[in-house]
Amino acid sequence: MCLAIPSKVLEIDENNVAKVDTLGVIREVSLDLVPEPVEVGEYVLIHVGYAMGKIDEKSALESIEVYKMLAEGAMSEEYEIDPNELATSDEPLLYKPKGENE
Amino acid sequence: MSDLTLKDLYFKFRNPETIKALANEIKKEAKNLKEDLRIMEICGGHTHTIMKYGLKQLLPENISFIHGPGCPVCIMPKERIDHAIALAEQENVILATLGDMIRVPGSKSSLAKARANGADVRPLHSTLDVLKIAKENPDKKVVFFAIGFETTTPMTPAVIKSAQKLGLKNIYFHINHVLVPPPVRAIMDTGEAKINAFIGPSNVSVITGTKVYQFLVDDYNTPVVVAGFEPVDVMESILMLVKQKVSGNLKVENQYKRATTDEGNLNAQKLINEYFEPRDFRWRGLGDIPMSALKLKDEYKDIDAEVVFADILPNEKIDDHKMCICGEILKGLKTPKDCKVFAKGCDPTNPLGSCMVSDEGACNAYYRYDRE
Amino acid sequence: MQITLSFGGGGEETNSLIHDLFYKNFSNEILESAEDAAVLNVNEKIAFTTDSFTVSPLFFNGGDIGKLSIVGTCNDLAMMGAKPKYLSCSFIIEEGLEYEVLEKIVLSQKKELEKIGVKIVCGDTKVVPKGTCDKIFINTTGIGEIQKENISAHNIQEGDIIIVSRDIAKHGTVIMAHRYDVETETKSDCKLLWEEVESLIKNNINIKALRDATRGGISAVLNEWSKASNIAIEIEEDKIPIDDDVTGLCEIFGFEPMDLANEGTFILAVPQNEVQKAVEILKQYNQNASIIGKVTKGNKVILKSPYGSKRYIDLPKGELLPRIC
Repeated sequence: MCLAIPSKVLEIDENNVAKVDTLGVIREVSLDLVPEPVEVGEYVLIHVGYAMGKIDEKSALESIEVYKMLAEGAMSEEYEIDPNELATSDEPLLYKPKGENE
Repeated sequence: MSDLTLKDLYFKFRNPETIKALANEIKKEAKNLKEDLRIMEICGGHTHTIMKYGLKQLLPENISFIHGPGCPVCIMPKERIDHAIALAEQENVILATLGDMIRVPGSKSSLAKARANGADVRPLHSTLDVLKIAKENPDKKVVFFAIGFETTTPMTPAVIKSAQKLGLKNIYFHINHVLVPPPVRAIMDTGEAKINAFIGPSNVSVITGTKVYQFLVDDYNTPVVVAGFEPVDVMESILMLVKQKVSGNLKVENQYKRATTDEGNLNAQKLINEYFEPRDFRWRGLGDIPMSALKLKDEYKDIDAEVVFADILPNEKIDDHKMCICGEILKGLKTPKDCKVFAKGCDPTNPLGSCMVSDEGACNAYYRYDRE
Repeated sequence: MQITLSFGGGGEETNSLIHDLFYKNFSNEILESAEDAAVLNVNEKIAFTTDSFTVSPLFFNGGDIGKLSIVGTCNDLAMMGAKPKYLSCSFIIEEGLEYEVLEKIVLSQKKELEKIGVKIVCGDTKVVPKGTCDKIFINTTGIGEIQKENISAHNIQEGDIIIVSRDIAKHGTVIMAHRYDVETETKSDCKLLWEEVESLIKNNINIKALRDATRGGISAVLNEWSKASNIAIEIEEDKIPIDDDVTGLCEIFGFEPMDLANEGTFILAVPQNEVQKAVEILKQYNQNASIIGKVTKGNKVILKSPYGSKRYIDLPKGELLPRIC
């Protein structure tokens, strides 16, 4: 419910304050609330200036693999979703030059 | 398996193809549902995700959402906001709080208006900034108006500890931390919203663990899936709920395994229990709910703003604006579109109720993403 | 050295400020003739606009208030198809501002003026007591000669296509980062746009509407166009070019890139048959020039996701505050 964002740990100082990278933005957060030891290169979830916990990389990768297979599997079968039920309009949205393929 | 990158943690959980595939799976499975699925997403962040990514539009007609009370700003009764304003208006007091609180209307004013009239009000995006403000203003009293569910709660005692270590004696805390399970129980006890499934909050669960929702299965026979906050997370969780309902095998499931466990963050829980104890609290729209919020233990009364500043804190209980139906929205009984003043007098610049102020509020989400 | 109230008094200090700093750097005959008003020759229909600059911080990644004061007004002229020619420049300076700061700002202005040969032909300087203004406010008012008429928010029609000139929200992101003390490598997109516009005009592109997406970002412009021309605009979310750094900052603070300000990015509406040519021209200035949407019947601005859902984009409202909880 509260905005907590994944970030990568870049450095940790002697006061248990970490420099983290959030999609290119570098900030400092306290690691005081994380129960396990944190190492540089690991991912943490940050919220109001603190890391709340570590991100389980194995679990994340497993999920991503499942999603990949799901998406690939779905692309090979015919969609049951009726295009008219969705919000897109019938005509191609963007200008397509005559005679050229996408 | 390849290495995980930071971008993966965002964009792989927003992947359009995955969302489409999950929508397809949900449509297939939902055909087997014996009754309509009425899912309450407890957390305001999930409401925001659902509205922002238009997920409702991808679901079949027999699945609907009921927006929950998981917005710590929305459930704040006006009298507590009046406390914040009264504190801010004290000479030599700096009132610090987290962002959204600034705009919430109290009975007569708001912190933003108080600031415009000269009060020293500081919106923070990090609880740690309280220490910085206190250090830079040794002759002032810094009052931290602490809000938030369990996600934001452990940061407060962490700061109290740091303040003690640093010898900062000019910080006081006005605690408005609230808990998730009690209002959810209260809503289920009324039975009015007819909820038969839950999407459990992501980041609250990082702290509490997923075990705290077991009572919904045991006492109300209602399944819970704890979901991450990205659109793929929410869609996957909906699929998991549909499958549970179809199989009849109801339980608490964890979709957000990359960040939550059964037990949660025991460190954080220990810290919370060291400094706080539960108390009764009056929730906007939901009324009095016993043991649903936290307060500082007696031994910390010297830094408890409700004790130290008791003589200037107003006592009246204040009701909502007559036309405001935030209460019923928070209980899941109505939607923003049922409100007569939604977008007609109540909007983010002139909110009549707190559901419109906070980005986690249902009215705010509808105003931004689904207004005709 | 600090600028004191006497610098605005009209006496010797004022004179030396004007000569040594302003005339020296903005040097041109009209300005230096030092009359009560500038006498100008204009050959075409003119566009006339004004803007005041109060940005804080004064200096930011990619620019400063000086650069902005030239770019902002010149771009407003360019957006009407007018070649910027003459500017006025007024300073309101808070007592106590360091002279070096003012000098840095003026040198920045000089650099921009020289890029497209615009001249500051008149100005004013006031120094006000401490606390009555935040360091320095600048107003520039500009005249441009219209090279292409009829560019207007009221001209857009069903079937027209919307193009953005480059990746969005850089300026707003940089200011937010400064304000919240967050480190970032992002640079403001603050840039004069006349060259791009002139190129489009010289290539006979039938520009229906043109606008730089300043305060309120592209959300604001699209809504203004929707209202002015009574049309609906459908934008494809995944076609909007957004830099990773901007995405990162918006994630942290909960902002929508479409709502954030730009100072060197514009959107245009052109008929379908001219789109490819227009994009090719713009890509010469920035690889990220992209088609982002089209105009249809209706009266709202609609954002379409790549997986089939849609939502409305509204005029951004209120003070932007970071989403916390």
